[in-house]
Amino acid sequence: MFVNKIGSAMRIIQRGFGEHYGIINANGLSRWGFRIIMVFVLVAIFAPWIAPNDPWEMMYDVNGKFASLRSPSWEFPAGTTHLGYDLFSQLVLATRTTLIIGFVSGLVSIVVGANVGLIAGYYGGKVDEVCMRLTDILYGMPFLPFIIVLIALFGRKLEFVILAIALIIWRTSARVIRAQTIAIKQRQFITAAKARGCSDFRIIYQHILPNVLPLLLLYAAFNIAWSIITEASVSFLGFGDGETVSWGGMLYELWLSGKTRVAWWWFATPSVCIILLVTSLVFVSRAYEEVANPRLRKR
Amino acid sequence: MILPEKKQTDIVLSVQGLGVQYATAQGPVHAVSDVSFDVYKNEVFGIAGESGCGKSTLIRSLMRLLPDSSTMTASGLQYKGRDLLTMDDETFRKQVQWQEISLVPQSAMNSFNPVYRVGDQVIESMLAHRKMGKKEAAERAAELFDVVGLETGLLRSYPHEFSGGMRQRAMIAMSLSLDPGLIVMDEPTTGLDVLVQERILRRIREIRAEMESAIVLITHDIAVIAEMSDRIGIMYGGQMVEQATAIDLFESPYHPYTLGLNNAFPSIKDIGGDLISIPGSPPTLIGPLNYCPFYERCPFSIDECAHQVPMPKTVGNEHEIRCFRSGDAVDLRRLAKEKTTWRS
Amino acid sequence: MAILEIDHLSRHFEIRPGLIDRTFRKKSSSYIKAVESLNFSVEANEILGIAGESGCGKSTTCSMISNLLDPSAGDIRYEGQSIIGLKGKDLKNYRQNVQMIFQDPYESLNPRFRIVDIIAEGPRALQLWDSAEIMHRVTDMMQKVGLDPKKYAERFPHELSGGERQRVGIASALVMEPKVVVADEPLSMLDVSIRAGIIDMMKELQNDSQFSCIYVSHDLSILGNVCDRLMIMYLGQAMEIGPVEEVIRNPKHPYTKALIGAVPIPDPRSHRERPNIIGDISKPIDPPPGCRFSPRCPYADDSCRENFIELHTDDHISHQVACHKVKV
Repeated sequence: MFVNKIGSAMRIIQRGFGEHYGIINANGLSRWGFRIIMVFVLVAIFAPWIAPNDPWEMMYDVNGKFASLRSPSWEFPAGTTHLGYDLFSQLVLATRTTLIIGFVSGLVSIVVGANVGLIAGYYGGKVDEVCMRLTDILYGMPFLPFIIVLIALFGRKLEFVILAIALIIWRTSARVIRAQTIAIKQRQFITAAKARGCSDFRIIYQHILPNVLPLLLLYAAFNIAWSIITEASVSFLGFGDGETVSWGGMLYELWLSGKTRVAWWWFATPSVCIILLVTSLVFVSRAYEEVANPRLRKR
Repeated sequence: MILPEKKQTDIVLSVQGLGVQYATAQGPVHAVSDVSFDVYKNEVFGIAGESGCGKSTLIRSLMRLLPDSSTMTASGLQYKGRDLLTMDDETFRKQVQWQEISLVPQSAMNSFNPVYRVGDQVIESMLAHRKMGKKEAAERAAELFDVVGLETGLLRSYPHEFSGGMRQRAMIAMSLSLDPGLIVMDEPTTGLDVLVQERILRRIREIRAEMESAIVLITHDIAVIAEMSDRIGIMYGGQMVEQATAIDLFESPYHPYTLGLNNAFPSIKDIGGDLISIPGSPPTLIGPLNYCPFYERCPFSIDECAHQVPMPKTVGNEHEIRCFRSGDAVDLRRLAKEKTTWRS
Repeated sequence: MAILEIDHLSRHFEIRPGLIDRTFRKKSSSYIKAVESLNFSVEANEILGIAGESGCGKSTTCSMISNLLDPSAGDIRYEGQSIIGLKGKDLKNYRQNVQMIFQDPYESLNPRFRIVDIIAEGPRALQLWDSAEIMHRVTDMMQKVGLDPKKYAERFPHELSGGERQRVGIASALVMEPKVVVADEPLSMLDVSIRAGIIDMMKELQNDSQFSCIYVSHDLSILGNVCDRLMIMYLGQAMEIGPVEEVIRNPKHPYTKALIGAVPIPDPRSHRERPNIIGDISKPIDPPPGCRFSPRCPYADDSCRENFIELHTDDHISHQVACHKVKV
């Protein structure tokens, strides 16, 4: 019987890809957004091979001169810092950090949020009360300060940054998915599923979840985007992981150096990356919004 | 259709060659094609047909309620002798809509605005179409509620305090408010319980007797149409495939679809009888219409049916059908009663 | 022996007044008595029709029999055993044997499931057979309801017409080989010309597989065609029950007479006896004791308003009427 479950799960995933390809492809913006995201993902995966230099190495240019505060050139495509560090290498390696934090936080938060939403929405009553009051408490927290406090408590390490962000972000998706679950729960095909003998677990995960999926993916993309921005903010404020470089961290270094007015390239490159990646994620999430909107569902 | 007993001057609505097309991504959809019929003073003309047959589109085209993506064509459309085709929208709205031709739309009971009192809504609809004093309108509203059998005190209630049947009656009252010459009712009793339906149908009959309006009654319920109508038009695939007096239609049906419908509709007087259904489903009507829309489901179709649209043919007194096999009616009626004929 | 016994079945819904009304105005709860002390039985292989207008409690009764709703009072017995508080293996067994067909073909199928998965869901959830066997039975069932597995198995509900979807619904219920099928208005949302085909198919399947059926509808014409016995309900109470020809051709209860008289006949030449009742259907909140129909009955007297006659479960043959003014 477990084999049955795996079988059906595999079938769903297999068919799922075809459908999602269609969803993302339909909209021009989301198509490009997806491609841009893929570019960043590839950069993140192959970062050590793409980055030409050690990000913390003081660089000398071809003429042997100390390469401090160079604007972008063929040698140093993103320019250098005041200490001669190659910004392009920093950028490439930071992509990895940023994406890891973003995707992991985003995905962890959506998994938590979806489960809370589904269970609260399905069972109602006391379970719903408890879950929703918890969510309300989280809503009451000021976002950034609280994350900073968490990081200060746990320590300035990569894992804790991820955890801190994920612990707060799940609140939005929980609420929305709960509302959607309640709406779906009332529909006749759920009553039919009960009549056919499905257990609560089966109904929630096999019957309701597929119907909530577009909304879930919308919020997944959104959560990832939000995680990336949060990480950048946190690092910019100096609470990021000191050991790994991230885009926000690069901006932090810039701030510390006092060269903000002078080194436009140092400011532009991480910022453009953040904007590009987050916007692409939002465009992709928009494509799912069209699917999640019941008005567009075929009868 | 010129008939000896009825005078031309008794015709309230005359429709000739009406067609409605919708533009869709897959091509033009002929929701209504070449429909012609007349409605006489003081009669109930029933239009029967199932979902997708075009009856709602037909009505909306008469009332000029079609969406922009559609086009209506007709060779003639007159209301009490006045030409409606050349009339501009403004004149239509001010002079004809609601005052001369009123509509009780489908699911009318859901058409009330829940935050206003029912009486106010009735009065408002009157004032929107005719200049009259508010007091006069209020009196008329009370009068109308009386006609439909609702207590006048209910004018001050809100829609949620009315039951489904009561709301429907209020809607009918509203449609009568300006003394129209023609009332169109689209599925007036669908979704209502049978006892409530009975009362509403009885009221409609009484109204018809008291006022001189003609009524066009649209429904998929063959039993309701059989009881209420003087004359009936059967619609399928956007065309009016058969038209006759009610009695004639049931005594001597011609069109295979009519024969199929008769089989498919159980009667409470005929318990345990055999029900025979028509296999297949309604056509999608996309693309040029050069075939009989029923031919795919018709057990009696011949070669011609797939390549030509049958033209209306008179087969009796006030009896018109569109079928290439009208001559074989007696045989077809016999064959239609057998279950094996309808197996696809 | 009856396969299903309904014994004094009742279902109330409590309407609690708001906090302020409760505390300051000392208002107590009102009750909607959706089903009141219902008694009837279903024999093996028979089709029992339940007719009544909206609000009569027939859908609530269906839900209780399908174990989707708990009764407030009374008992439902399947093969002699009560189904109240059923758990675990017994519940599984009951679910397999008592299945339901739903009214809305557009809403009763999960839009994200393929047809084959919809039909297979019941056996899979109850782990009735292994996956190969389930597939075999599902394709078999699809053939029986007239849906070619090669064409329909991999499709989604939105690609099917209303009639086809309802066939899927019927297949989903029957694939489990139930002994009792509860059909809640299965035809009301379908086009007239295809209803006959679905009814025909259901009759055939019932003949082949020999299950009992509780057919709930407000359409007396269809009930007359399909059922063996017919029960008439009004505002939660059973008014009349008996063989279908008896109840329809020879109704005894004033309500049944009115109901049958109100059904229009698809023939302009025939006449029917018009019903004779007063007023509109009353709200089922805090009803008076006694016969619920008494406010509208032209023959009602005081004893009608105070006492209610119950029909007998164990008598499944004769024509019974819940009215002491009628002699059967």
